[in-house]
Amino acid sequence: MADHDIPILTTSVEKMVQWARRSAIWPVTFGLACCAIEMMAMSCGRYDIARFGAEVFRGSPRQSDLMIVAGRLSRKMAPVLRRIYDQMPEPKWVISMGACASCGGVFDNYSIVQGVDQVVPVDVFVPGCPPRPESLIYGIVQLQRKIDKQRMSA
Amino acid sequence: MDTQPLTELLRAAVPGASIDSLDPGDMPAIAVNREHLLDVCATLRDHPALQFAFLADVTAVDLYPANPRFEIVYHLACLGPHYVTAGAAAPAPPARLRMKVRLPADDARIPSVTALYPTAAWPEREVFDLFGIAFEGHHDLRRILMPEDWEGHPLRKDYPVQIRKETASWSPLQLTPEEFARNIRESQARADRDARGKSDRRD
Repeated sequence: MADHDIPILTTSVEKMVQWARRSAIWPVTFGLACCAIEMMAMSCGRYDIARFGAEVFRGSPRQSDLMIVAGRLSRKMAPVLRRIYDQMPEPKWVISMGACASCGGVFDNYSIVQGVDQVVPVDVFVPGCPPRPESLIYGIVQLQRKIDKQRMSA
Repeated sequence: MDTQPLTELLRAAVPGASIDSLDPGDMPAIAVNREHLLDVCATLRDHPALQFAFLADVTAVDLYPANPRFEIVYHLACLGPHYVTAGAAAPAPPARLRMKVRLPADDARIPSVTALYPTAAWPEREVFDLFGIAFEGHHDLRRILMPEDWEGHPLRKDYPVQIRKETASWSPLQLTPEEFARNIRESQARADRDARGKSDRRD
Protein backbone atom coordinates (compact mmCIF):
# COMPACT_ATOMS: atom_id res chain seq x y z
CA MET A 1 0.00 0.00 0.00
CA ALA A 2 1.53 3.25 -1.12
CA ASP A 3 -0.53 5.72 0.78
CA HIS A 4 0.06 5.17 4.49
CA ASP A 5 -2.51 7.72 5.54
CA ILE A 6 -5.49 5.55 4.62
CA PRO A 7 -6.70 3.95 7.92
CA ILE A 8 -7.25 0.47 6.54
CA LEU A 9 -5.88 -2.97 7.45
CA THR A 10 -6.40 -5.94 5.22
CA THR A 11 -6.90 -9.37 6.72
CA SER A 12 -9.08 -12.43 6.33
CA VAL A 13 -12.40 -12.80 8.10
CA GLU A 14 -11.05 -15.91 9.77
CA LYS A 15 -8.06 -14.12 11.25
CA MET A 16 -10.24 -11.28 12.46
CA VAL A 17 -12.71 -13.61 14.14
CA GLN A 18 -9.87 -15.51 15.81
CA TRP A 19 -8.44 -12.24 17.04
CA ALA A 20 -11.79 -11.16 18.43
CA ARG A 21 -12.41 -14.48 20.14
CA ARG A 22 -9.03 -14.80 21.78
CA SER A 23 -8.86 -11.17 22.87
CA ALA A 24 -12.02 -11.27 24.97
CA ILE A 25 -12.29 -14.65 26.66
CA TRP A 26 -14.89 -14.14 29.33
CA PRO A 27 -14.66 -16.81 32.04
CA VAL A 28 -17.68 -18.05 33.95
CA THR A 29 -17.45 -17.56 37.71
CA PHE A 30 -16.95 -21.14 38.80
CA GLY A 31 -14.65 -21.61 41.77
CA LEU A 32 -14.83 -25.00 43.47
CA ALA A 33 -12.01 -24.87 46.01
CA CYS A 34 -8.76 -23.17 47.01
CA CYS A 35 -7.70 -22.84 43.35
CA ALA A 36 -10.46 -20.26 43.07
CA ILE A 37 -8.49 -18.00 45.42
CA GLU A 38 -5.58 -18.03 42.98
CA MET A 39 -8.02 -17.48 40.14
CA MET A 40 -9.36 -14.39 41.94
CA ALA A 41 -5.79 -13.21 42.55
CA MET A 42 -5.16 -13.61 38.85
CA SER A 43 -8.11 -11.36 38.05
CA CYS A 44 -7.04 -8.65 40.50
CA GLY A 45 -4.64 -5.76 40.04
CA ARG A 46 -1.38 -7.47 41.00
CA TYR A 47 -1.50 -10.07 38.22
CA ASP A 48 -4.20 -8.37 36.16
CA ILE A 49 -5.58 -10.77 33.59
CA ALA A 50 -7.22 -7.71 32.02
CA ARG A 51 -3.96 -7.35 30.09
CA PHE A 52 -5.07 -10.43 28.16
CA GLY A 53 -8.72 -9.53 27.89
CA ALA A 54 -10.03 -12.29 30.16
CA GLU A 55 -10.91 -10.31 33.26
CA VAL A 56 -14.68 -10.16 32.83
CA PHE A 57 -15.92 -12.98 35.06
CA ARG A 58 -19.58 -13.46 34.25
CA GLY A 59 -22.19 -14.60 36.72
CA SER A 60 -24.15 -16.33 33.98
CA PRO A 61 -22.92 -19.16 31.77
CA ARG A 62 -24.95 -17.65 28.94
CA GLN A 63 -22.46 -14.80 28.69
CA SER A 64 -19.28 -16.84 29.08
CA ASP A 65 -16.70 -18.31 26.73
CA LEU A 66 -14.44 -20.08 29.17
CA MET A 67 -14.96 -22.32 32.16
CA ILE A 68 -12.02 -22.45 34.57
CA VAL A 69 -12.63 -25.52 36.69
CA ALA A 70 -10.82 -24.27 39.79
CA GLY A 71 -10.72 -27.02 42.37
CA ARG A 72 -11.73 -30.60 43.10
CA LEU A 73 -14.97 -31.73 41.57
CA SER A 74 -17.11 -33.99 43.74
CA ARG A 75 -19.28 -36.61 42.12
CA LYS A 76 -22.35 -34.86 43.44
CA MET A 77 -21.21 -31.63 41.73
CA ALA A 78 -20.39 -33.29 38.38
CA PRO A 79 -23.92 -33.04 36.89
CA VAL A 80 -24.05 -29.38 37.94
CA LEU A 81 -20.74 -28.64 36.22
CA ARG A 82 -21.92 -30.42 33.10
CA ARG A 83 -25.18 -28.48 33.06
CA ILE A 84 -23.39 -25.12 33.39
CA TYR A 85 -21.05 -26.15 30.59
CA ASP A 86 -24.03 -27.09 28.43
CA GLN A 87 -25.61 -23.70 29.10
CA MET A 88 -22.60 -21.84 27.73
CA PRO A 89 -22.94 -20.72 24.11
CA GLU A 90 -20.53 -21.92 21.44
CA PRO A 91 -17.66 -21.41 20.98
CA LYS A 92 -16.55 -22.38 24.48
CA TRP A 93 -13.42 -23.62 26.14
CA VAL A 94 -12.45 -25.29 29.40
CA ILE A 95 -9.34 -24.90 31.51
CA SER A 96 -8.75 -27.56 34.14
CA MET A 97 -6.96 -25.69 36.90
CA GLY A 98 -4.77 -27.51 39.41
CA ALA A 99 -4.01 -31.09 40.33
CA CYS A 100 -7.46 -31.93 41.73
CA ALA A 101 -9.39 -30.83 38.67
CA SER A 102 -6.91 -32.49 36.33
CA CYS A 103 -6.52 -35.90 37.99
CA GLY A 104 -8.08 -35.90 41.46
CA GLY A 105 -4.88 -34.71 43.13
CA VAL A 106 -4.50 -35.90 46.72
CA PHE A 107 -8.20 -36.82 46.84
CA ASP A 108 -7.90 -40.37 45.56
CA ASN A 109 -11.22 -41.47 46.98
CA TYR A 110 -14.82 -42.32 46.25
CA SER A 111 -16.25 -38.83 46.33
CA ILE A 112 -13.97 -36.89 43.96
CA VAL A 113 -14.01 -37.14 40.15
CA GLN A 114 -10.53 -38.24 39.07
CA GLY A 115 -10.15 -35.62 36.35
CA VAL A 116 -12.84 -33.30 35.02
CA ASP A 117 -12.14 -34.51 31.48
CA GLN A 118 -14.53 -37.33 32.42
CA VAL A 119 -17.30 -34.74 32.49
CA VAL A 120 -16.39 -31.92 30.07
CA PRO A 121 -13.85 -31.64 27.21
CA VAL A 122 -10.75 -29.87 28.53
CA ASP A 123 -8.62 -27.60 26.33
CA VAL A 124 -5.79 -26.69 28.69
CA PHE A 125 -4.58 -28.40 31.87
CA VAL A 126 -2.78 -26.11 34.32
CA PRO A 127 -0.66 -28.10 36.83
CA GLY A 128 0.02 -26.98 40.38
CA CYS A 129 -1.43 -27.27 43.86
CA PRO A 130 -2.68 -24.64 43.59
CA PRO A 131 -1.16 -23.12 40.46
CA ARG A 132 0.31 -19.67 40.88
CA PRO A 133 -1.63 -16.89 39.14
CA GLU A 134 1.22 -16.70 36.64
CA SER A 135 0.64 -20.35 35.76
CA LEU A 136 -3.01 -19.72 35.10
CA ILE A 137 -2.19 -16.69 32.97
CA TYR A 138 0.22 -18.91 31.03
CA GLY A 139 -2.63 -21.39 30.61
CA ILE A 140 -4.89 -18.68 29.24
CA VAL A 141 -2.18 -17.56 26.83
CA GLN A 142 -1.85 -21.16 25.70
CA LEU A 143 -5.58 -21.21 25.14
CA GLN A 144 -5.30 -18.02 23.08
CA ARG A 145 -2.69 -19.71 20.89
CA LYS A 146 -5.01 -22.67 20.51
CA ILE A 147 -7.88 -20.38 19.47
CA ASP A 148 -5.56 -18.72 16.93
CA LYS A 149 -5.04 -22.09 15.29
CA GLN A 150 -8.71 -23.01 15.15
CA ARG A 151 -10.39 -22.78 11.77
CA MET A 152 -13.89 -21.40 11.39
CA SER A 153 -14.75 -24.00 8.77
CA ALA A 154 -13.88 -26.82 11.14
CA MET B 1 -15.30 -35.04 86.15
CA ASP B 2 -16.82 -37.48 88.59
CA THR B 3 -19.80 -39.02 86.87
CA GLN B 4 -20.95 -41.09 89.83
CA PRO B 5 -23.65 -38.70 91.10
CA LEU B 6 -24.94 -38.38 87.54
CA THR B 7 -25.09 -42.11 86.90
CA GLU B 8 -26.77 -42.73 90.25
CA LEU B 9 -29.35 -40.06 89.51
CA LEU B 10 -30.03 -41.52 86.06
CA ARG B 11 -30.27 -45.08 87.38
CA ALA B 12 -32.83 -43.92 89.93
CA ALA B 13 -34.81 -41.94 87.35
CA VAL B 14 -34.79 -44.62 84.64
CA PRO B 15 -35.13 -48.01 86.29
CA GLY B 16 -33.71 -50.86 84.28
CA ALA B 17 -31.41 -48.74 82.17
CA SER B 18 -27.82 -49.84 81.84
CA ILE B 19 -25.74 -46.75 82.57
CA ASP B 20 -21.97 -46.98 82.84
CA SER B 21 -19.31 -44.39 83.49
CA LEU B 22 -16.63 -44.16 80.82
CA ASP B 23 -13.12 -42.81 80.86
CA PRO B 24 -13.85 -39.08 81.06
CA GLY B 25 -11.08 -37.64 78.87
CA ASP B 26 -12.04 -34.03 78.32
CA MET B 27 -15.58 -34.24 79.65
CA PRO B 28 -17.75 -36.61 81.69
CA ALA B 29 -18.82 -39.59 79.63
CA ILE B 30 -21.45 -42.27 80.08
CA ALA B 31 -22.62 -45.27 78.09
CA VAL B 32 -26.33 -45.98 77.79
CA ASN B 33 -28.13 -48.96 76.36
CA ARG B 34 -30.24 -48.45 73.26
CA GLU B 35 -33.57 -49.51 74.77
CA HIS B 36 -33.54 -46.77 77.39
CA LEU B 37 -31.93 -44.02 75.32
CA LEU B 38 -35.04 -41.87 74.98
CA ASP B 39 -35.91 -42.09 78.69
CA VAL B 40 -32.35 -41.19 79.64
CA CYS B 41 -32.34 -38.27 77.20
CA ALA B 42 -35.64 -36.99 78.58
CA THR B 43 -34.24 -37.18 82.11
CA LEU B 44 -31.03 -35.44 81.12
CA ARG B 45 -32.98 -32.67 79.47
CA ASP B 46 -35.78 -32.14 81.96
CA HIS B 47 -34.39 -33.06 85.39
CA PRO B 48 -34.01 -29.79 87.40
CA ALA B 49 -30.55 -30.82 88.60
CA LEU B 50 -29.23 -31.62 85.09
CA GLN B 51 -30.95 -29.52 82.42
CA PHE B 52 -28.88 -30.74 79.47
CA ALA B 53 -31.07 -28.73 77.12
CA PHE B 54 -28.56 -28.35 74.31
CA LEU B 55 -27.58 -31.21 72.00
CA ALA B 56 -24.33 -30.03 70.44
CA ASP B 57 -23.66 -32.93 68.08
CA VAL B 58 -24.52 -36.47 67.09
CA THR B 59 -21.84 -38.55 65.48
CA ALA B 60 -20.71 -42.16 65.26
CA VAL B 61 -17.64 -44.37 65.41
CA ASP B 62 -17.13 -47.58 63.47
CA LEU B 63 -15.01 -49.98 65.53
CA TYR B 64 -14.92 -52.69 62.86
CA PRO B 65 -14.18 -55.57 63.27
CA ALA B 66 -14.96 -55.31 66.99
CA ASN B 67 -18.43 -56.09 68.25
CA PRO B 68 -20.46 -54.13 69.22
CA ARG B 69 -19.34 -52.41 66.07
CA PHE B 70 -20.88 -48.95 66.19
CA GLU B 71 -20.81 -46.26 68.84
CA ILE B 72 -23.28 -43.40 68.47
CA VAL B 73 -21.94 -40.39 70.34
CA TYR B 74 -24.10 -37.58 71.67
CA HIS B 75 -22.59 -34.39 73.01
CA LEU B 76 -24.87 -32.60 75.44
CA ALA B 77 -24.47 -29.31 77.24
CA CYS B 78 -26.17 -27.60 80.12
CA LEU B 79 -25.95 -23.87 79.52
CA GLY B 80 -26.24 -22.88 83.19
CA PRO B 81 -27.98 -19.57 83.81
CA HIS B 82 -28.22 -18.90 80.06
CA TYR B 83 -31.03 -21.37 79.57
CA VAL B 84 -33.38 -22.84 82.14
CA THR B 85 -35.36 -25.89 81.13
CA ALA B 86 -39.11 -25.41 81.16
CA GLY B 87 -40.49 -26.44 84.55
CA ALA B 88 -37.22 -26.00 86.43
CA ALA B 89 -37.16 -23.32 89.13
CA ALA B 90 -33.44 -22.50 89.06
CA PRO B 91 -30.59 -23.02 86.59
CA ALA B 92 -28.36 -26.06 86.94
CA PRO B 93 -24.56 -25.60 86.94
CA PRO B 94 -23.14 -25.45 83.41
CA ALA B 95 -21.73 -28.78 82.27
CA ARG B 96 -20.97 -30.92 79.29
CA LEU B 97 -21.66 -34.60 78.83
CA ARG B 98 -20.67 -37.22 76.29
CA MET B 99 -23.16 -40.06 75.94
CA LYS B 100 -22.42 -43.18 73.94
CA VAL B 101 -24.71 -45.91 72.71
CA ARG B 102 -23.16 -49.12 71.38
CA LEU B 103 -24.82 -50.97 68.54
CA PRO B 104 -24.16 -54.46 67.16
CA ALA B 105 -23.03 -54.80 63.54
CA ASP B 106 -26.02 -56.86 62.42
CA ASP B 107 -28.64 -54.63 64.04
CA ALA B 108 -27.52 -51.05 63.41
CA ARG B 109 -30.62 -49.16 64.42
CA ILE B 110 -31.35 -46.74 67.20
CA PRO B 111 -34.30 -44.58 68.25
CA SER B 112 -34.12 -41.04 66.96
CA VAL B 113 -33.88 -38.29 69.57
CA THR B 114 -35.47 -35.71 67.25
CA ALA B 115 -38.64 -35.70 69.33
CA LEU B 116 -36.63 -34.47 72.32
CA TYR B 117 -33.95 -32.50 70.47
CA PRO B 118 -35.22 -31.22 67.11
CA THR B 119 -31.68 -30.11 66.28
CA ALA B 120 -30.71 -33.79 65.92
CA ALA B 121 -32.50 -34.00 62.56
CA TRP B 122 -29.54 -33.16 60.33
CA PRO B 123 -26.74 -34.80 62.37
CA GLU B 124 -28.77 -38.01 62.43
CA ARG B 125 -29.21 -37.80 58.67
CA GLU B 126 -25.46 -37.38 58.34
CA VAL B 127 -24.77 -40.43 60.51
CA PHE B 128 -27.32 -42.39 58.49
CA ASP B 129 -25.75 -41.25 55.23
CA LEU B 130 -22.15 -42.05 56.13
CA PHE B 131 -22.52 -44.98 58.58
CA GLY B 132 -25.83 -46.53 57.59
CA ILE B 133 -27.35 -46.34 61.06
CA ALA B 134 -31.16 -46.43 60.93
CA PHE B 135 -32.67 -43.81 63.23
CA GLU B 136 -36.14 -45.10 64.04
CA GLY B 137 -38.75 -42.40 64.33
CA HIS B 138 -36.80 -39.81 62.34
CA HIS B 139 -39.26 -37.83 60.25
CA ASP B 140 -37.04 -37.39 57.17
CA LEU B 141 -34.23 -39.93 57.06
CA ARG B 142 -32.61 -39.19 53.68
CA ARG B 143 -29.02 -38.86 52.57
CA ILE B 144 -27.64 -35.41 53.27
CA LEU B 145 -24.07 -35.32 51.89
CA MET B 146 -23.78 -38.05 49.29
CA PRO B 147 -25.85 -38.07 46.07
CA GLU B 148 -29.28 -39.54 46.65
CA ASP B 149 -28.65 -42.57 44.42
CA TRP B 150 -25.36 -43.44 46.14
CA GLU B 151 -24.75 -47.04 47.16
CA GLY B 152 -23.16 -47.86 50.48
CA HIS B 153 -22.10 -45.81 53.46
CA PRO B 154 -18.62 -44.39 52.92
CA LEU B 155 -17.40 -43.89 56.51
CA ARG B 156 -17.85 -47.53 57.36
CA LYS B 157 -14.45 -49.10 57.85
CA ASP B 158 -15.15 -51.84 55.32
CA TYR B 159 -16.09 -49.37 52.57
CA PRO B 160 -13.61 -49.31 49.66
CA VAL B 161 -12.35 -45.72 49.88
CA GLN B 162 -10.57 -45.70 46.52
CA ILE B 163 -13.51 -47.24 44.70
CA ARG B 164 -13.64 -46.40 41.00
CA LYS B 165 -17.16 -45.59 39.95
CA GLU B 166 -18.51 -44.16 36.77
CA THR B 167 -19.03 -40.42 37.04
CA ALA B 168 -22.62 -39.40 36.52
CA SER B 169 -22.45 -36.24 34.44
CA TRP B 170 -26.13 -35.93 33.80
CA SER B 171 -29.06 -35.48 36.15
CA PRO B 172 -32.68 -34.83 35.15
CA LEU B 173 -34.20 -31.42 35.57
CA GLN B 174 -36.47 -31.18 38.55
CA LEU B 175 -39.45 -30.34 36.31
CA THR B 176 -41.24 -32.64 33.90
CA PRO B 177 -41.91 -31.18 30.42
CA GLU B 178 -45.58 -30.73 31.37
CA GLU B 179 -44.68 -28.81 34.53
CA PHE B 180 -42.23 -26.70 32.57
CA ALA B 181 -44.86 -25.81 29.96
CA ARG B 182 -47.38 -25.01 32.67
CA ASN B 183 -44.89 -22.71 34.41
CA ILE B 184 -44.37 -20.77 31.18
CA ARG B 185 -48.12 -20.59 30.56
CA GLU B 186 -48.92 -19.40 34.07
CA SER B 187 -46.15 -16.83 34.22
CA GLN B 188 -47.30 -15.50 30.85
CA ALA B 189 -50.88 -15.28 32.11
CA ARG B 190 -49.65 -13.53 35.25
CA ALA B 191 -47.66 -11.02 33.19
CA ASP B 192 -50.71 -10.35 30.98
CA ARG B 193 -52.88 -9.85 34.04
CA ASP B 194 -50.35 -7.45 35.58
CA ALA B 195 -50.11 -5.51 32.33
CA ARG B 196 -53.92 -5.20 32.19
CA GLY B 197 -53.99 -4.10 35.83
CA LYS B 198 -51.50 -1.38 35.12
CA SER B 199 -53.43 -0.08 32.15
CA ASP B 200 -56.61 -0.13 34.24
CA ARG B 201 -54.97 1.98 36.92
CA ARG B 202 -53.68 4.38 34.33
CA ASP B 203 -57.22 4.87 33.05
